[in-house]
Amino acid sequence: MTPDQILFIVTALISTLAAVMVVSRRNMVHAALFLVLTLFGVAVAFVLLEAPFLAVVQVLVYIGAIAILMIFAVMLTRNVTDDSGDPFNKNARVGGLAALFVFSLLVVMFGGWSQFTAYPQAGDTSGSIVQLGVALTAADGYVIAFEVASMLLLGALVGAIFVVWPRQNENE
Amino acid sequence: MTDPLALLGDWLLNLLAQLNLPPGLRQVILYLLGVSVIATVALVITIFNTWLERKIAARIQDRLGPNRVGPWGLLQPIADAIKMLTKEDTTPAAADKVAYNIAPILAVVSVLLIWAVIPFTSQWFGTQLNVAVLYIAAVGSFGVLAVLMAGWSSNNKYALLGAFRAVSQLISYEVPLFLSLLIPVLLARSMDISVIVEKQATLLEMYVVAAPLAALLFFISSVAEVGRTPFDLLEAESEIVAGYHIEYSGFKFGMFQAGEFMHTFTIAALTALLFLGGWQGPGVAQAPILGLFYFMGKSFAVYFVTMWMRSTLPRIRIDHMQALNWKILVPIALTLLMLTPIVDYFTKDLGVLFSAFGGALTLSWRFAALLLTNILVTLAAIEAVRRNAKRNFVERSRFPERPVARPPREEAA
Repeated sequence: MTPDQILFIVTALISTLAAVMVVSRRNMVHAALFLVLTLFGVAVAFVLLEAPFLAVVQVLVYIGAIAILMIFAVMLTRNVTDDSGDPFNKNARVGGLAALFVFSLLVVMFGGWSQFTAYPQAGDTSGSIVQLGVALTAADGYVIAFEVASMLLLGALVGAIFVVWPRQNENE
Repeated sequence: MTDPLALLGDWLLNLLAQLNLPPGLRQVILYLLGVSVIATVALVITIFNTWLERKIAARIQDRLGPNRVGPWGLLQPIADAIKMLTKEDTTPAAADKVAYNIAPILAVVSVLLIWAVIPFTSQWFGTQLNVAVLYIAAVGSFGVLAVLMAGWSSNNKYALLGAFRAVSQLISYEVPLFLSLLIPVLLARSMDISVIVEKQATLLEMYVVAAPLAALLFFISSVAEVGRTPFDLLEAESEIVAGYHIEYSGFKFGMFQAGEFMHTFTIAALTALLFLGGWQGPGVAQAPILGLFYFMGKSFAVYFVTMWMRSTLPRIRIDHMQALNWKILVPIALTLLMLTPIVDYFTKDLGVLFSAFGGALTLSWRFAALLLTNILVTLAAIEAVRRNAKRNFVERSRFPERPVARPPREEAA
């Protein structure tokens, strides 16, 4: 086995186990911390696939922003030291079945893809970032999707500010 | 001039080749060695920096500083480290043991990871990553995670309060930090730190000339990101005792301290690389090893400013901290980020404005225009702040004058 393969097996095992822990832990903060571990495992997988940009964005967006926001919210809203109660509700079985269905779908999909067993090409990937940037802003690329997403985010930002803005008549 | 590190690397490769190891394993061993060398260098610099900081802070505050252990007190940090190691390692009974123990490690690792992409000279660097700037922004988030974990797992109200303050501060100041990081990326057209340094070849090509305001924003928001004075609200000892690391003792406390000191030097090094030209300097093309001295010199110059700030400035108030970020730093950063590409686009082909000393001092039209933009934005920002202060003028209630102790007048003899 090459070092790459060993690395892949170790990270895949860790992130899968951590993903199981996310849904099975009673303590919400622990679940959130295991989620960070899972997301980091995915970032390592991106590095092994020679996609440093995606790996870094994965860490920046999912760990740096989303996971930290989740932990922050959990700490603020719940009695965090209290870990009584069942983490599963009656939808657990349906959820499990849905997850199994999606997983088998992915296996079938990727099993039929000829590139599935191909190794990533090692080497300079700086050109691919330029390609990505051009594709996001080119008229024949993804500029409309990009602009729609940015307008959506801007709307969410404005909405968030509007929700927390102190009303004039409430002060009276 | 031969590169001593390259010689050492060749010797190691030969040694490993003689051991008949498979090439993959050889590569892994070399990588592991490189990682430990860079981590050790960063930690050794940190040990020296604790002494330097205490000595300089002492000078600024009219004290002597450490002067008992070794010449000029140079061995003081070693004595302190031994003291830290021999202290009792306490864990609160109600603490969350695993998270409590991982947090200090994460605090140090989040800073050490940045050193992987720092080029010491044109040839010495951990790795040349084409998304290095983004990588620096990404690994910084582990530091936030460490603070949150430490504050939560200690199961202490002060620690949790400190962690909340810390996270609100770190998340807010990440915005101007990332926005100002983008300016050198725009100017160099690359996210690779080595390329950013290479583009700043002469004195007037440093990005501090083209983007002085971005450099200042980067510096201020990174000092806030480290949580040093005047932004040390996260461990304000007079309000929340010590914040998120109140329950830590001995070596784990030492790791938080080491992480903070190392982070401070790291931001100084990053400022030197992104805005002051890193290892660039006269004679570097002939002898690349000179670059190490230029890089360290520039880093320590920036580091000195942080020490100077720490030993002179009082702590900022928490509402002022947020107001400074959201009402001043973020709007300036956004304005700069919009204006810089526009000015850059129209001036990139205009050529040289003036050149002196055989090209050693060359100012292009592009950099002159960018500098002018920065000055105009600064003036506009100052004017806006001034007007706003006038409009929202708050009459502060004054205390009645209290009697002040004065030295007795010397009687005429």
